[in-house]
Amino acid sequence: MKDEFRELYQEIILEHNRSPRNYRKMDDCTHVLEGRNPLCGDHYIIYLKVKDDIIEDVSFEGSGCAISKASASVMSTTIKGKSLAEANEYFEIFHKLVTGEADADAYFEKAGKIAAFSGVSEFPVRVKCASLAWHTMHNALENKADKVSTE
Amino acid sequence: MEALQSEKINIKTTLDPYKYRPDFPILSQKVHDNTLVYFDNAATTQKPIQVIESINQYYRISNANVHRAIHLLGERATNGYEEARVRAARFINAESERQIVFTRGTTESINLVANSWGRKFLEPGDEIILTEMEHHSNLIPWQLLTHQMGAKLRFIPFKADGTLDFPVFEQILSNKTKLVAVIHMSNVFGTINPIKRIIRMAHDRGVPVLLDAAQSVPHLPIDVQNLDCDFLAFSGHKMLGPTGIGALYAKVRLLENMDPYQGGGEMISSVWLENATWNEIPHKFEAGTPNIAGAFGFKAAMDYLDNIGMQKITLYEQAITTYALDKMMEIDGMIIYGSAPERGGAISFNLGNIHPHDLAHYLDQQGIAVRAGHHCAQTVMRKLNIAATTRASFYFYNTFEEVDYFVEQLKSAVAFFNF
Repeated sequence: MKDEFRELYQEIILEHNRSPRNYRKMDDCTHVLEGRNPLCGDHYIIYLKVKDDIIEDVSFEGSGCAISKASASVMSTTIKGKSLAEANEYFEIFHKLVTGEADADAYFEKAGKIAAFSGVSEFPVRVKCASLAWHTMHNALENKADKVSTE
Repeated sequence: MEALQSEKINIKTTLDPYKYRPDFPILSQKVHDNTLVYFDNAATTQKPIQVIESINQYYRISNANVHRAIHLLGERATNGYEEARVRAARFINAESERQIVFTRGTTESINLVANSWGRKFLEPGDEIILTEMEHHSNLIPWQLLTHQMGAKLRFIPFKADGTLDFPVFEQILSNKTKLVAVIHMSNVFGTINPIKRIIRMAHDRGVPVLLDAAQSVPHLPIDVQNLDCDFLAFSGHKMLGPTGIGALYAKVRLLENMDPYQGGGEMISSVWLENATWNEIPHKFEAGTPNIAGAFGFKAAMDYLDNIGMQKITLYEQAITTYALDKMMEIDGMIIYGSAPERGGAISFNLGNIHPHDLAHYLDQQGIAVRAGHHCAQTVMRKLNIAATTRASFYFYNTFEEVDYFVEQLKSAVAFFNF
């Protein structure tokens, strides 16, 4: 098996897929949005509770491949407790990492677990899997649309 | 095990895939450093050199428009195109080539019937019966039509084993029913539906039957006269032919009474500024310059299949499918969807809690091409309460050794994802 493939499915991703963090419904959320990838059936609902520009809580429900679920889980742990501006910054970093615009080393300090997703850039077909939860979160905060589709 | 081995040998004496594989240049390549194992034949099949060459030769020596030119090339193109029609008629044992309309494929064939037959003959309150296991190609055209016409769709449910619920069919078949349109072989379960029984029941009430034969014509001997179906739709690319060519078979009386599908050149007889008269069937339904090269390739594909023999292909595929099912079911956590006794070589499954998308990506790394997703049958997935499955589907060029390798890689995928 190629190293790139092992890099894609590294331990942290498989572990978050098996035991996703913040996997629950949130009744007192301030923002909620459904994200869907109709081509492969990935489907998540992202819940956010924002108070005074701080993301006090974030959770998600839904199903999809290991990459998409681990990404949603890592996204939730990354932005929880952060300001809206910081969440936006992480969104930008994540996007650059999975599309290969920047490598993980450039964001070594800042990226944390997000860096695990830099392996996705080797597999263009999987970028939409990794991005779904992030785009949904971003659009929920921007009140962009009722639904997000990465197709 | 000994019994299995001898069975393997027996099958090999009837059809030896290794005899045909050299005809398929694509199969000998490496994918991610592994020899390609192509198990996505329900999506599309690979093309033998005979088909590739026929298209090549057409463009090299015969290219011209059909049914128009006086010159030699035009004659060659027209003859080849019409020979393909005769060939298609013979392939499914139609009485006449006038019953074969060339289309882009199964989807267009069904849309043609929905538009040309449906819009003319359907009335508000009428009903069309489908099954719950239809591919989107035999669902959406009827949704569009019934919404437009104020008509209604009814559905024959499928049971847990992937077979149809006949008592429900008996209940919903009524004097409101104007058409029964069913998938012959399920692209999800592999189920071969008992269509003779369906046709008999529908005909008892004078209701015509359309068969979505995209998965059956490539794998089973089909005799439309024996089946007595009224419409039959199939695609070239799922039976060794090129993409963008397929056919609609229909009974002459139906074709003659139907309105044209699209307007343009070729489908007319006489044209005035305000109106026109239509060409004879089947040309009435073929507006514009058709896929001539596709027809040449399609003909070569049918020649290839008949040279082997469809009966032989069916038997071999049944043997390799049974072999694969037995081996797959030995793997812990294997769920296979559909266990109809009459089935073809499409196997949908899930393995433990590995998502089909992850599994298909893993297998691709090992050189194995399978399909992951909803297989254009979202309603089927919803009823099974799953988002997706992985599907392996075979053709006569697949080998028992490939199945062994596939099963081995499924086991290693379990180890990989559960580390």
